Amino acid sequence: MKSVWWKILCVLLLLYTVVGGFLMDVPRLHILNESIRNTFFHVPMWLGMMTLLLISAIYSVLYLKKPSLRYDVFASEFAKTGILFGVLGVVTGMIWAKFTWTSAWSGDPKQNNAAIALLIYLAYLLLRNSLKDPQQRSRISAVYNILAFSTLIPLLYILPAQTDSLHPGSGGNAAFADIDLDNRLRVVFYPAVIGWTLLGIWLSTIGIRIQNIKNRFDYIKK
Amino acid sequence: MLFSEISGLLKKEITIELRQKYAINGILLYLAGTVFICYLSINLQATQLHPIIWNALYWIILLFTAVNAVAKSFLHESAGLMTYYYTIASGQSIIASKIIYYSLLLTGLAVIGLGFYGLVLGNPVQNPGLFIINIMLGSVGMATTLSLVSSIAAKAQNNQTLLAILGLPLLIPVLLMSIKISKNALDGLPWASSYDELAVLGSIDAIVCALAIILFPYIWRS
Repeated sequence: MKSVWWKILCVLLLLYTVVGGFLMDVPRLHILNESIRNTFFHVPMWLGMMTLLLISAIYSVLYLKKPSLRYDVFASEFAKTGILFGVLGVVTGMIWAKFTWTSAWSGDPKQNNAAIALLIYLAYLLLRNSLKDPQQRSRISAVYNILAFSTLIPLLYILPAQTDSLHPGSGGNAAFADIDLDNRLRVVFYPAVIGWTLLGIWLSTIGIRIQNIKNRFDYIKK
Repeated sequence: MLFSEISGLLKKEITIELRQKYAINGILLYLAGTVFICYLSINLQATQLHPIIWNALYWIILLFTAVNAVAKSFLHESAGLMTYYYTIASGQSIIASKIIYYSLLLTGLAVIGLGFYGLVLGNPVQNPGLFIINIMLGSVGMATTLSLVSSIAAKAQNNQTLLAILGLPLLIPVLLMSIKISKNALDGLPWASSYDELAVLGSIDAIVCALAIILFPYIWRS
């Protein structure tokens, strides 16, 4: 992960997302209007969060297979960035909902489930803090992380599909796939997803380096 | 994981429960107390209670009873006893026996709770068969998740609070599906209208069971 090219790519893609996302032509739809530009900021947060949490869960599985502190640091830092993305996803969604659904929180199934998902992962951080012994902390929190990720799938993808929702993409509302017939959204959306996800990975690697330095300090102090 | 080990451990759970009657009596009293407090708080004629509220209250009472009942599965077992288990049985048989035992216990509590709840607040259930199946599936889900989470929380300090924090968000998918099926049973809808939900609830149970059996040996080893 020491190479620089993907960080440059990330900065360029995000510059393009911000400039292009606000200035380029977008399809005009009832109710959504200009707020459709939130697609470039809100949706990538969820995809980024899922990617980061998946990476975190994979490192937890690796830890259980072969216990090494490195895997534990990876798992926890990726989970932290995933939570950050989740919070940003909820906040961008709320700002958007304020203008299109007239209230920031309208009890939509997707909003509620997103809040529950955040609760599950905040509990993960709490669990990590309440275990003192490093080895025990790594193992127990790896187990909980796997459990948390497998609860996330029915929570975010199966349960909301069963109820009607105001959210674009469910309950007969126009979704991304239906409205981009002229590919005007796609041109910005795909780079935005890649850019934001890379930013998440970048943030996590910085967190991992800080954590590694902290661990080494603790080791030297002992 | 052996059938004889599981049945032996199951027999031991039941023997201990019958020997220390205060635990099961305590839970029954807790259930009765909660139901009575709900009855007094609503302070309505039983007939005026809307089925949606009846349903929500019933499942919330069950949820908190379940948290309290399953809490003792690992929190109250001494380190010495765990070491003894370690020498006589595999981790998988232990968690399997706990899951079976607590599923049965929670189903029993739910049925007793339904009796008492129905006595004071009326019983609007129109499809009892579906309701009972739903209680059983819901109990399996709650027992499995809470047993695993209880074994996680037992490793940390401040574990009673931790059990609730870790367990409640993870239980929400099970709880939401149960509440939905139970609403169908209240309204007396035909079985066919609940097949989808029953399938989802059953598969959530199956996933959680599989995870518990795979993951428990890792928690146990520490």
